[in-house]
Formats: sequence, C-alpha cells, structure tokens
Amino acid sequence: MTYHNPPTTPRKSATFDDYTLSEIRRAAATGIYDIRGGGAKRRVPHFDDLLFLGASMSRYPLEGYREKCTTSVVLGTRFAKKPIELKIPITIAGMSFGSLSAQAKDALGRGATLAGTSTTTGDGGMTPEERGQSKTLVYQYLPSRYGMNPDDLRKADCIEVVVGQGAKPGGGGMLLGQKISDRVAEMRTLPKGIDQRSACRHPDWTGPDDLEIKILELREITNWEKPIYIKIGGARPYYDVALAVKAGADVVVVDGMQGGTAATQEVFIEHVGQPTLACIRPAVQALQDLGMHRKVQLIVSGGIRNGADVAKALALGADAVAIGTAALVALGDNDPALEAEYNKLGTTAGAYDDWHEGRDPAGITTQDPELAARLDPVRAGRRLANYLKVMTLEVQTIARACGHNHVHNLEPEDLCALTIEAAAMARVPLAGTSWIPGHGQGGL
Amino acid sequence: MRTIDLAVTPLRDLNSELHRQSEGTNEAEWEVLNPRGQHAVAVGVDAPIKVAVRGPVGYYGGGMNKKAVITIHGSAGPGVAENMMSGSVVVKGDASQYAGATGRGGLLVIEGNAASRCGISMKGIDIVVRGNIGHMSAFMAQSGHLVVLGDAGDALGDSIYEAKLFVRGNVKSLGADCIEKEMRPEHHEQLAALLEKAGIKDVKTSEFKRYGSARKLYNFNIDNADAY
Repeated sequence: MTYHNPPTTPRKSATFDDYTLSEIRRAAATGIYDIRGGGAKRRVPHFDDLLFLGASMSRYPLEGYREKCTTSVVLGTRFAKKPIELKIPITIAGMSFGSLSAQAKDALGRGATLAGTSTTTGDGGMTPEERGQSKTLVYQYLPSRYGMNPDDLRKADCIEVVVGQGAKPGGGGMLLGQKISDRVAEMRTLPKGIDQRSACRHPDWTGPDDLEIKILELREITNWEKPIYIKIGGARPYYDVALAVKAGADVVVVDGMQGGTAATQEVFIEHVGQPTLACIRPAVQALQDLGMHRKVQLIVSGGIRNGADVAKALALGADAVAIGTAALVALGDNDPALEAEYNKLGTTAGAYDDWHEGRDPAGITTQDPELAARLDPVRAGRRLANYLKVMTLEVQTIARACGHNHVHNLEPEDLCALTIEAAAMARVPLAGTSWIPGHGQGGL
Repeated sequence: MRTIDLAVTPLRDLNSELHRQSEGTNEAEWEVLNPRGQHAVAVGVDAPIKVAVRGPVGYYGGGMNKKAVITIHGSAGPGVAENMMSGSVVVKGDASQYAGATGRGGLLVIEGNAASRCGISMKGIDIVVRGNIGHMSAFMAQSGHLVVLGDAGDALGDSIYEAKLFVRGNVKSLGADCIEKEMRPEHHEQLAALLEKAGIKDVKTSEFKRYGSARKLYNFNIDNADAY
C-alpha cells in the first residue's frame, strides 16, 4: 500500500494580498506612484458602526407623517451681515471646474438649488454655469488662487478658505495634463496640457494669526456680508477647529479621510488623515470648550451616503454635512449601465477612480467635449435633487423616531455603537453597555 | 481731495468710502492719514482713483486693487497688492514678504527692498523692485514680469511657469526648473517699457539678465524626481 502526503492547499498571505502584490508589480513596471480620485477605500470605523436607539418608554416619538420635523439650517451667524439659510442640512462640497466638466458643475448647481441647499466652487474659479444655476454658491479660496478675482468673491454667497481636505491633509491640488483644456488653462493662467500641481499652503499667509488678517481683508473687500468658512482636513480636529475659531471663521468644515479628491497619490488618500467618525467629537469639543458650539457652525464631510449618516453626524454635534462623491454618483458616476465602457478602461462600475485621466464615460470627471456632452445637466440635476430629498426624508424619519421636532435636536444620547472603536471615536456607549471607551463608565 | 484720518476714522469706513467710487467719480483724489501699520488698508478698490497713503501699512495694503493708483508713502507689510487686477501700487519704502502675490495685472513698484516670496504665484502682474528681493521669490510664478534692480535671494523662480524675470544684480541661486535665458531684442524692449512705466531712468537694460522656465517639469517624469 502506498501512502501519499496530503497536498498543501495554496495559501495567500494576508500581508501580501493580491492588491498589494499588484501594486508592487505596477510600481516596479512604471516607476511612479499610483494616482487616483475618490477618498479612502479601506474599511475604517464609520457611521455604519453606530445605531440610533429610538424612542420607547423613556422618550416618546413624533408621528412620522403628521408632526413637524424641521430641517433648515442657518450658517454664518457669527460675524457675517448676510448669513445663509438652507432648507436642508446637506450641502454640496467643493469640486472644481477642471476636475469636473462644465455640465457636471451646472447639474450640481441645479440639483442643489432644487433641494434648497448650497453648492461650492473648487480649485479652478467660478464658472458662469454654476453661478447661474446655484441659488446659494460658496466660493472656495484656495492656495493656488486659480481664477480668483474680487468680482467673483463679491458674486459669491459665502467664502470658504480651504486649508486642507480629508483625502490629503497637507497636500495641494492636482490636475494632470489630460484635463487642462483651453478653457481650463485660460481660467488657471497655465499653459495647456501641463500637469498642474498646486501648492499645499496659501501664498500670502502662514498660520492662524496671519489667517485672521486674511479673513479681515476678505471681509473688508466684501463689506462683511459673506459668511466665511474655513475647511480643514481631518488631521488634528480639536486644535485645528479651535484655531479656525480663533482666526475668525463663521463656519468650520471638517473633512474626514473618506472625503474624495479629484486626484492625488493613493498612498496619501489611504494613509494620511483620520476617519470622519474620529473627527466629529473632537471638533465639537473644541467648539464647546470655547463656548462657540452652534455659534460657529460645523459642517462635516467625508463618506456621507444616506440620511442615516446625516442624522448620525448631526447627533454627534454637526450643524450640517457636505457630500461630494455621493453627489457625483447621483449624477451618474460609476453607473452599471456603463459597464462595457468601464471594462474598456480596465475597471468596473463601482470601482472607477481614474478621474484624473479625463476619460469618464459618464461625462462627469472629464474635459473631453464629446464625453462631457453625454451628461444632461437638467436630468442629472433632477437626480441629485431627488437624492437630496430622500436623504432629508430619512433624517426626518430618524429624528421623529427619536422624538425630535428639529434635526438639530438629535444628540449623542440617541446613539450607541456596535464596536469598541466606534464607541471610543463617537464617544457613545457600546451597545448593551454604558461603556464609552476612554471615558469611564458614564451614566445610565 | 478727500482726506481720511485713520487715527479717528475706522478702517471699515475708509474701505466703504473707497468701494463707493466707480468709473467717472468726481472724488478722484484721496489721502489717507495715520495708517500706522493697519492691515487691509485700501483693499478691493474698483475705480480709477488716486489714493495716497501717508505712512506705513500692515498686511495686504492695496490688496485686489482694480484700476486705482495707490501710493504708500512708507513701508508695506506682507502681501502688499496681493491679487492685484489692474491699476498700480507704489511702495515708497520696503515691502515685506509675499509682495504682489498671485497678482493678475497692473503694476507694483517697490522703491526699497522686498522680502521673501516676492511675486509668489504671480499670474500676470508686473513687479519692479528698486532694491533687493528675498528667497523663494517668483515661486510658481505663472505669468507677468518681475524686474529687480538689486540682488535676488535663494531659489529664485522655483517651479516657475511662464513669468519672465529680469535681475540686474546677483542671484544667490535658482530654484527648480528656473534657468538663465538669452536677452533677445524683444526682451530689451519689454524691460525698457517696464522700467519706463516704473519711472526708472538711471539703468540700462543691458545690465540685466533674464530668467525663466526650462519647462522640464511641466509634465511629471520619474527621471526628474530629484528636481522636486
């Protein structure tokens, strides 16, 4: 009788998984890091790790279809003569003309206006399309100052000084040559077709003391009318928010690592910055410690996908949220209907992130006139408005179930966490316990 | 002439009054007294008026100017004439860092020295400095002209795009992708016109060297990684 040793089952390394191996091979073949769009794709503690408790004996709910649950939010009440009032607490984040087509910017403006909220320019200046379609437009003031001029500053409803963004705290903008069309080049005063890598720091101020003076200048030029936001990436949210308040912000925007970018290095997106969930409570704590919570409004962004995410961000202390990636998906980005075209680009619907290449079959992240013409701004704007409406209804559903007649009345006490990590970050108890890791036993 | 004394009038009132002026205003001449280093003096003006500031200003003096002729009879803090669109700003003394940052048009004349990052990210402005300029000047300069009658500090024109730099004195070092270029006849003409606009008659264009982009870093090439 012959005995055979049982064969060894092929075993792949958890450390050197397929993706890691392919990246090593790609780096060896090309000699350059990977660049892509979007935000962090790795699994990080997120809003899915939180649950609402709902009302029961100790709290009573509101009737879902009868009792009012208000969703409006006022931003810029600290110093601005003309704060803005939005119908819903969901805004559209800054995305540039250049990274996006003019049609996509047009559609974002239409959708936001239909839903009663604001949209935001990006690292390329203000286009007539988006100003025309946006009832409330936030003008981003960025290190590159591409297309920046005092006329557009005055045309804006708010000004957002961008210090950083969640996908790349400490990094500047990037728009590769494929997308520098004649119009983009002219708006940015750059030669056509070059790889544009904009600066990571502002050219004429460094630090919060300087920024305070910069904000004074912006307010003087715009007659102290416009709310001034400061946008920061999720780096050190407690101290960064405190310094933003010190610098004179009316509104602070905190963008976590799931927040998208038009293009940057994969290593930057996946390894720099903190998850959105980890940023909210320190940001709120900073405002509370300064006595400025609800006086300086807080907008949270980075991975907001549905009404539950919005409700959870508000419950943790945000005044509003901003969406970017989700808004693009609502317009038609990564639609499975385009699967055959994504396959030709070597990817699949849901994974397409080479936005910097300008070959987006959905016509959104491109400057190719033929591709861009595929996006109908009216239809796409309608889709975005529908999506924003659904999210708002979802937030109201949750708020009423928790017994609140305004979405801002949601509070941390409405939440519990499914994981120890999420409990620690959100500073809410682990489900079934009264334990908040890092914060003692807490009360019942 | 309208005179506003910042020792008694708030900055807000000064800038509001200046912003009320428009094309064809009959209040074309303004004098600002006692600026005493205040920030954001005469910012965002959008009218063809003359503004004489009698003393030193702090940050962003004459910032985002359009059409006005602003003369600062003193020194200027950081970011003088930042993002200027048109018109002119003249600094009779020295200027701190970021002078003319991101300027898109118009003429900035600094009769003294300018500190670091003069003309950073300039996008079409013309800057003429009678004295020296500090390090990292014309960083990422996209368009326009920077003329320096004195010396330039370290890393002049780092990562420069299409701006043209003319320096009469020594350049301590050039930044990434910035090289000395030939002074052809058209450059002598451009420089002569700039000097004339700045009211400078006592130097010859032949005394200057021209610097600009080698255009080797316009598209990323891994073999150039050491240059960044």
